[in-house]
Amino acid sequence: MKWINENLYISPINTYIDPSKPVENAIITHGHADHAKPGHKNVLATKETINIMKIRYGENCAQNFQELKLNKTLKIDDVKITFYPAGHILGSVQVLAEYKGERINFTGDYKTKKDKTCENFEPVKCHTLVTEATFGLPVFQHPNEDNEIKKLLRSLELFPQRPHLVGVYALGKAQRIIGLLRQQRYDKEIFIHGALEKLCNYYVEEKIFLGNFLKTNLKDKKEYQGEIILAPPSAIKNVWSRKFEDPIICQASGWMSIKQRAKQSLVELPLIISDHADWNELTQYIKLTGAENVYVTHGREEAIVHWCKMNQINGLALSLSGREDEEDL
Amino acid sequence: MRSFSELINKLLLTTSRNRKVDVLCDYFKNTPDPDRGFTLAIITNSLEIKNIPISKIKEIVRETVDEELFALSYDYVGDLAETISLIWPNKENGNLPQISKMIGILKNINKNELTRKIHSFLSIANETERWALIKLISGGLRIGVSSRLAKTALAKFGEKKLDDIEKIWHGINPPYENLFKWLCNSGPIPEIDLKNTFNPMMLANPLEDKDFKNLNCNDFVAEWKWDGIRVQIIINDSNIKIFSRTGDDISLSFPEIKILEKNMVILDGELLVGRNYIPMNFNSLQQRLNRKKVSLKHIDDFPAFVKLYDILYINNDDLREKKWEERRNLLENWYYKNKNEFFDLSKIINFNSWKNLTAIRKNEIIDEQHEGLMIKRKSSPYISGRPKGHWYKWKKDPKTVDAILMYAMRGHGKRSSYYSDFTFGIWDGNQLSPIGKAYFGFNDNELKILDKFVRNNTIKKFGPVREVEKTFVIEVAFDSVNSSTRHKSGVALRFPRIKRLREDKPTSEVIQLCEFKLDFL
Repeated sequence: MKWINENLYISPINTYIDPSKPVENAIITHGHADHAKPGHKNVLATKETINIMKIRYGENCAQNFQELKLNKTLKIDDVKITFYPAGHILGSVQVLAEYKGERINFTGDYKTKKDKTCENFEPVKCHTLVTEATFGLPVFQHPNEDNEIKKLLRSLELFPQRPHLVGVYALGKAQRIIGLLRQQRYDKEIFIHGALEKLCNYYVEEKIFLGNFLKTNLKDKKEYQGEIILAPPSAIKNVWSRKFEDPIICQASGWMSIKQRAKQSLVELPLIISDHADWNELTQYIKLTGAENVYVTHGREEAIVHWCKMNQINGLALSLSGREDEEDL
Repeated sequence: MRSFSELINKLLLTTSRNRKVDVLCDYFKNTPDPDRGFTLAIITNSLEIKNIPISKIKEIVRETVDEELFALSYDYVGDLAETISLIWPNKENGNLPQISKMIGILKNINKNELTRKIHSFLSIANETERWALIKLISGGLRIGVSSRLAKTALAKFGEKKLDDIEKIWHGINPPYENLFKWLCNSGPIPEIDLKNTFNPMMLANPLEDKDFKNLNCNDFVAEWKWDGIRVQIIINDSNIKIFSRTGDDISLSFPEIKILEKNMVILDGELLVGRNYIPMNFNSLQQRLNRKKVSLKHIDDFPAFVKLYDILYINNDDLREKKWEERRNLLENWYYKNKNEFFDLSKIINFNSWKNLTAIRKNEIIDEQHEGLMIKRKSSPYISGRPKGHWYKWKKDPKTVDAILMYAMRGHGKRSSYYSDFTFGIWDGNQLSPIGKAYFGFNDNELKILDKFVRNNTIKKFGPVREVEKTFVIEVAFDSVNSSTRHKSGVALRFPRIKRLREDKPTSEVIQLCEFKLDFL
C-alpha cells in the first residue's frame, strides 16, 4: 500500500474513497449514510449515487458532482479509475484503481447474489483487494431470499387479521423487499413509512418495478389488517408502531439468522435477507480476484484476516471508524 | 425433528402468552402420538437426555470447523446451540428421525458410534433442526414456556379444566398417551398412583381492604404466614417424599427429615430451618435449597423442620372435600400421635374481630420469621390452584425506599413498544449502585410517563438496554432484603415493585447504600 493508505486515500490524485469527513476529492461507492457524507468539494460517483445523495442531503451537498458510468475508465493523471457494479443497492460500485501496473479494487459494500433492484455484481481481478466484512464470520450463510419472502407471505395467510410491520433500511432493503414480493406475484398495495417514500419514488424513476405503494396514513386501527407495511426498524421500535392493532413485527436483515438477536429485538418473524455478502461469498470472492493482499475495511475483520492466513494470503484489518452496519438499526 | 424444531422456534419468537398457547394447541392437534407426548415432556422439563456431554458435541464441531473461526463466531453469537447450528458446514441428504425416535436413539446411543451418528445428524439437519437438536442434548430449552403454560394449552386443546390436568399431571409419564386419549375424548381420565404423586396445592389470594366488609370474622381462622417454602409431604410405610410448590421432588435435599409411620398420609406445610421450631431467616434456608448433596455440617448448621398447615389424605382417604375445620382436627390427631423434632403444628391465632386481628398483625409480627397472616375460611375445602373466597394472605406492609431510575428495557407482548423493565439504584458515596429491577406496580398512566422519560433522557444504549439521566426518583416497595454476593451492591430485594413516581423529589434525598443496609438488613 504505497500509493494508497489505511484511510482509503489515493495519494497520487489526492482523492479519498468514502471518506467520513468532508474532503476535497471523494469517490463515493454508494449512497448509504456511512459511505456517502455531505460536504465534499468534488464527488465522483455513478449517476444513481449522485441522485441519492442529492435526495438525502440536498442539491448542494457537494460543490461539484462528476458522473462515471459503469465499466468506463476515467484517467486522472497517472491513475485509472473504473467502476464495476457491486450488487449492493442501486448505483453501488466497486472502485478499481490502477497505477503503474498495480490494480487495487475497493469493493465498497457488495453482494454477489442476483438482485433485480440494481445492477448485478461483476467480479474483478486485482492484486490488492480492499473488502468489507459485515458478515465476515462463518456463522453467516444467508439462505435463499425467495424462501424468506415466502415466509412472510405464509404468515399473511395464517394471520389475515394482523398487520405485518417489516423493519427495513430505507435505502436499498426497502425496495428490494418490495421487488421480491412482486416477484412472488404479491400484487396488493404495499404500505410504507414516510421515511421511505422519496427513495422508493426514485427507484421507480430509474425504471425499477415496485408496483403500487402508498404512504401509511393511519386513521382507523383496523385499516391495515393483513397488510404489509415497511418501515425503518427505529420506527417499529418507537411510538409509531403503537398505531397498529396487534401487528406481527418482522425484520429483513442478515442479522436475523441469529435467533437470540431477533428475540432480543422482539422480532416475531425474522426474514434473513441481506444486501451484503455472506461468509461464503466473501471468501469465494477473495479467492476469485487472485489478490495477494486483502485489506478489510469494516465488519468482522478478525475472522477474514484469519481465513486469509489459512489460505496464504496477506490479510490486514483496517478497522475504519464510522462504518456502522446499516442493517443493524 | 422438523415439526418439533419449528415449534420451539415459533415459541421462542412469540412474545404473547395467548399466542404461545395457540401455537401449542395447533401442534397437539396436528402431531400424532407419541411425538406430541415427547415434545410435551421436553418443554415441561419432564424428560432429560443425560448421556451425551455437551463437551462431546463441541469436540465433534472442533474437528470439522477451524478452532479460531469457531471461537470468534461463538464469541459473537453468544449461544452455543446457535453457533453450532449456523456454522456447521456439511450437508447430507435425508431426513432426521421424528422426535420420539430421536429421543430413543440419543438415550441409547453407544460410545463407539456416538461421533459418527451425531456428525451425520448435524449434516442432515437444517439450521433450525440443528439448533433444536443441540438444545435437546444440552438440556433446558429456554424458550420462555413454563409447564403451566403447556398445561394451559393442553386444557384448551382438549376442552378440559386446567385443574383436572393439574391433579393428574404429577402422576403421569411421557409420552402421555393416556392423557391425550382423554383429551381427545377417546379414553377415561388417567388413573394415578396416589402414594407417589404430588397434588397441586391450594394457594391464597391477597387480602384487600375492601374485602373486610364482605367477610364475617366468625367464619375465619388465622395462622402465621411463615417465610419458608411451601411443601407437600407424602408419607407411606415410613418412606417420606417432600415436594416443592411446583411439584419438584426435593426429598434428597432434606435427608434428615424422618418419621416412623406405617400409614399413608399427605400433609401440607412450610419448610423452615431452625432449632426448637424457631425459624432462622430466609437466607439461612437458602443455604439448604437446590443442593444435590447435603453435608452433615449443613444439616447441623441449618436443621430443617416443617410447620404443618393441612392434611390432604389419610390411609388413602381423600380429605380434600372436607371442611378445613374437620381436616384441622384430623391433622391435630395425627400430629399428637406422631410428634417428633421435624414436625411442628402451625398455631391458630385467636381473634374476635377484624380490628383485633389488625392489632395482632401490627404488634406480633416478627420480622425475621413472618411474612404476615393467613386467613382461612373454616368451611373451605382443599382446592388446587388459587380459588377465590377461601384463603387470604395478609402480608405485612411492604417496606419502601426512594431510588433513582438508572436503566430501562422494553417489555414483552403488549408492552413491547414501552420501556417497562426498570433498574434502579441508590447512592454509594457519590456513585449510584443498582439495587434491583422492577417491571410492575405502576399503572398504565405511570407507565406512559416512565416510557416518555426514558425516550427523552437516554444517555447510552447497550443493545436493548437504555441508560437514562439519573434524575428520576421512584418509590420502590419490597417485601424484604437479603444480603447477596451475586449483586454488586451486596443486597437483593424480594418482590420489588414501583409504588409511586416521585418526580418531585431531588435525587440528593435518596438514601446511601450503607444506611440502607443498616436500616433493612
